[in-house]
Amino acid sequence: MDILVCVKQVPDTSEIRIDPVSNTLIRSGVPSIINPFDANALEAAVQLKEAHGGSVTVISMGPQQAKNALKECISLGADKAVLISDRLFGGSDTLATSYILANAIKKLGKFDLILCGKQAIDGDTGQVGPEIAEHLGIAQLTYVAKLEVKGEVITVQREHDEGYEIVEAKLPAVVTVVKSINKPRYPSIKSKLAANKAVIDVITAADMPEINTEKIGLKGSPTKVKKTFTPPRKESGVRICEDTGRGCALKLFEKLVAAKLV
Amino acid sequence: MNIADYKNVWVFIENEHGEAKNVGLELLNQGRILAEGNKEKLIGVVIGNEVDAAVKAAIAYGADEVILVEGEEYKDYNTDGYANVMVKLVEKFKPSVILIGASNNGRDLGPRISARLATGLTADCTGLGINEETGDIAWTRPAFGGNLMATILCSNTRPQIGTVRPGVFKKAQPDTTRSASIIKEEIRTPAEIIRTKVVGFIKAMDESAVKLEEAEIIVSGGRGMGKPENFALLNEFADLLGGAVGASRAAVDAGWMPPLQQVGQTGKTVGPKIYFACGISGAIQHLAGMSSSDVIVAINKDPEAPIFDVADYGVVGDLFEVIPVLIEEIRKSKAS
Repeated sequence: MDILVCVKQVPDTSEIRIDPVSNTLIRSGVPSIINPFDANALEAAVQLKEAHGGSVTVISMGPQQAKNALKECISLGADKAVLISDRLFGGSDTLATSYILANAIKKLGKFDLILCGKQAIDGDTGQVGPEIAEHLGIAQLTYVAKLEVKGEVITVQREHDEGYEIVEAKLPAVVTVVKSINKPRYPSIKSKLAANKAVIDVITAADMPEINTEKIGLKGSPTKVKKTFTPPRKESGVRICEDTGRGCALKLFEKLVAAKLV
Repeated sequence: MNIADYKNVWVFIENEHGEAKNVGLELLNQGRILAEGNKEKLIGVVIGNEVDAAVKAAIAYGADEVILVEGEEYKDYNTDGYANVMVKLVEKFKPSVILIGASNNGRDLGPRISARLATGLTADCTGLGINEETGDIAWTRPAFGGNLMATILCSNTRPQIGTVRPGVFKKAQPDTTRSASIIKEEIRTPAEIIRTKVVGFIKAMDESAVKLEEAEIIVSGGRGMGKPENFALLNEFADLLGGAVGASRAAVDAGWMPPLQQVGQTGKTVGPKIYFACGISGAIQHLAGMSSSDVIVAINKDPEAPIFDVADYGVVGDLFEVIPVLIEEIRKSKAS
């Protein structure tokens, strides 16, 4: 089966700090990584390929720098990686991004399965996967914790408040995965060296003449960021630090009662 | 598209077993403010099969009107059936705003319909207001794991759609004497349009158990719990308070708690009235999932733990000494 995986290169948000003086985001020196949920999607794809044969193609939309993330994907088992990059794509919101990605996918060929992470850790929207499914006119299965393919049918376990829904669909489909689906492998030194030499093809706007330029970039994005701000710092709360655990508990209980919380 | 043709604020009333989930009812309360701000109506949209309870709840919690679409094919949530209904309703009634709870199903439905309608969708909002100059909805949401807030507008297309984080807005007091008109729409989705099929369910918890997203009180444990058996203490505490038990990534990765109970960027995003963080250091990914709680109580031995930066009550102490005494005191006060 032929599988396509969408990945995003993201800043490692756990490394982001707030400048205590200006109260703004410090982005410099923050390492770029493969979005962790996308790494789970890639691992799921490689496992399916190992079980059923076929190919794994990875795409990413972003600047030239995102080639590094794509090379890493090759070291983790992808056969081919393609960067979708053009200045015209800059400023795209999720709708415009998914439109561009869907067109790039059509250009790359027919895929049985498209895998994405449940969301990217920088934007946290989780919208691009389902929007790609809509643009391509195929089924979507989101928040998937387990998947199995038999012939033309995919069966997944989908996260639900009370457990897991078991859902079936005929391929092709878009599936977005959660972290518990697998534990991504580490690259070997050999696969890393080979990946470094891999050529990453680039698809630009000119390569997709069918794209309507009214639907991409800032102009093609129905949502616009009006302003960004760092959240107001919370006033420090009440610190309870008694000599004994019992003392702490009694003090906390007293405070919670006073605030009518218990 | 003539934007002036689009009017009214819709709230998608998500239901489970025919009952409305809290988040839809919370959104009615905030939706009321948005509707009144633009002198429009507040309309609840209920899709399902045998959903009288959800319709009644929508009215009791403030909907001016309810649009109801029933059919056997809508018994379980499914992307294609629900998207078909929502898109047909939008084309007929032309709402200005659609609010959807940012549950897994809400975040599955939102992008599908916004892409079909070629309009803007803002994910997982924690703030909803009206832009004074234009009357557009000002959607505010966290990004970068909660380090940055962004306010987003969708000015040139309609409807404006957003998914909104559960727990951020509070439900109104229900008024069961209210009445509102119910508009029944006959929209059926043929079986061949619905490409997914629910074929089974693996139960991880009782229907009656308090779910994380619905809980008013959450007691969460982290690495400091030490071992899985120790979660019995948190279960006892949560039961006493009528709350749910959650866990940090460290506790889930260690195999002490199932992934469905995880709070944070990797797991669930919650906004209870009180969140007890027990033995949780407070990594940014965890904070992203719980910082919109009304009151945060942290219990941790390490006075430098970052969880104390967001805690309203920070107890520096051993949770195994503190929580049993707290349980005892709450029991005593309940008994008296």
